[in-house]
Amino acid sequence: MIVLLGVLVVILGFAMRRNPLLVVGVAGIVTGLLGKLSPVEILRTFGESFASSRSVTIFAITLPVIGLLERNGLQQQARTLIGKLGTKMTTGRFLTLYLLLRQLTAAVGLQTIGGPAQSVRPMVAPMAEAAAERQGGGRPLPDKLREKVRSYAAGTDNVGLFFGEDCFLAIGSILLITGLVNSTYHTHLEPLHLALWAIPSAVCAFLVHGGRLLRLDRKLERELVTASAEMSVARTDAQEGEATK
Amino acid sequence: MIKAEWFFWLVGAVFLLKAAQMTVDRTNPKRFGTAAFWGLLGVCFFYSTWVNEKKLPAEPLGVAVLVLICIGGFNFTGKGKPDTTSEDERVRLATRFGNKLFIPALTIPVVAMLCAVLASKVEFGSTPVLEEGSETILGLGLGAIVALGVGMWVLRERRVSVPLHAGRGLLESMGWALLLPQLLAVLGAIFQAAGVGTQVRKIVESVLPDGQKLAAVALYCAGMFVFTLVMGNAFAAFPVMTAAVGWPVLVEQMNGNAPAILAVGMLAGFCGTMCTPMAANFNLVPAALLELKDQYGPIKAQAPTAVALLGCNIAIIYFFAF
Repeated sequence: MIVLLGVLVVILGFAMRRNPLLVVGVAGIVTGLLGKLSPVEILRTFGESFASSRSVTIFAITLPVIGLLERNGLQQQARTLIGKLGTKMTTGRFLTLYLLLRQLTAAVGLQTIGGPAQSVRPMVAPMAEAAAERQGGGRPLPDKLREKVRSYAAGTDNVGLFFGEDCFLAIGSILLITGLVNSTYHTHLEPLHLALWAIPSAVCAFLVHGGRLLRLDRKLERELVTASAEMSVARTDAQEGEATK
Repeated sequence: MIKAEWFFWLVGAVFLLKAAQMTVDRTNPKRFGTAAFWGLLGVCFFYSTWVNEKKLPAEPLGVAVLVLICIGGFNFTGKGKPDTTSEDERVRLATRFGNKLFIPALTIPVVAMLCAVLASKVEFGSTPVLEEGSETILGLGLGAIVALGVGMWVLRERRVSVPLHAGRGLLESMGWALLLPQLLAVLGAIFQAAGVGTQVRKIVESVLPDGQKLAAVALYCAGMFVFTLVMGNAFAAFPVMTAAVGWPVLVEQMNGNAPAILAVGMLAGFCGTMCTPMAANFNLVPAALLELKDQYGPIKAQAPTAVALLGCNIAIIYFFAF
């Protein structure tokens, strides 16, 4: 039972935001000692499992070519491409399309072309807002709706990334699964099979989140009507106030 | 026959090369620590080959891993100022190259897929061209090399040093985080050796009614979800839940399809990532970047999708993995 304290070390370490490397190192040593492994055996386990899980880290080999493309404008080109889609669209439809694109590009290994700093702040959020403003007849959005549209833009980027990247066989999470299972249970799992099994969830994610985005359109429409009604009431109040003054 | 180990040596050599570049990079205030980290990692990639073949002892490698943990964990690594293009230059280059920029990027997955699917059928003499069981990994390596060639051709770049420098910039900005997944795999192995899995399985078996498939699947997925909520990281939850339920109960006891259970289980953890402020880089950073008043705005927008998808993942495992 006492070895479970090792799990507790991991939970506490991550929950208290300690440096993850140190958390893993301390948890490994503590668990090993509690599990009655000798220090030499612990070192051996560290060494042997490192040797058999190197495949987890090999995605580093793709960095030179990605770096080369980025310094030649890969992200900027991705922005232009999304920009072309933006006109004449409602917020929900635009975000649904972005969701699909984010999933597809992540699924072929292009996780870095999107993200809160790379695409959401400079492109996706402003375009989603612009679409909502068009819907509301060109008036600036009330603060509450602006917040909502921006939150959905950020959320859509995350959903697209999380449920797209695992369809790519060289992503960290897939390699973690194969590395962990192959070195721990001495079996042989192929990254490709795991990546294929991520597809059903990716389809569900598109349907569920896409559906919610389209519902967002209707919600925005309703709230824009109430907002503009409130505004015109406020305006007539003000006018009446003027008249009686 | 092309062996997987050759490819690990290539990765190790790349790390060593970058470490050499880092030592002379005066823009990096912590250049020696950074170089020590990547250099040692590179050496470990070579040494591991003989550990796997049981020709060299594993203990020194264990010491080296602990040293890597200390260098990264106590912040001895840093990053230099990469010599790269400015935003304006990039916009100009993007208009010049256009969608051609995507070709090299797409080459990686295409080559990797081709290798995984076709290579086992291609033989040279009577031995397969790629080492059996490592087609995917070798495909990724070949894909990256081919893509680099294609990229340099498409972009008319003749100097090999340019992608190497660009890659070093990315390496330095990811820093020790790049090693974290592998260390979590190591932690999983230690959990197994120390008997954490058996202990948790005993608890799970006493809680779970015997042979209740749906309950076991739900427990695995919900466990991934909750652990990720607490730790903010599905990667950290995975070794724990897999040792407890995923492998012993779902795969071994109930004969489930391992790739399906583990891949979808990880995704159940990702549902947790969408609901927790602990995953700051995904949830709180965007709120700050978008200047939201409510820093939980993105979480609120994602949470209903996350909960629905947790249900989907449970259903996918229950219906398709057995």
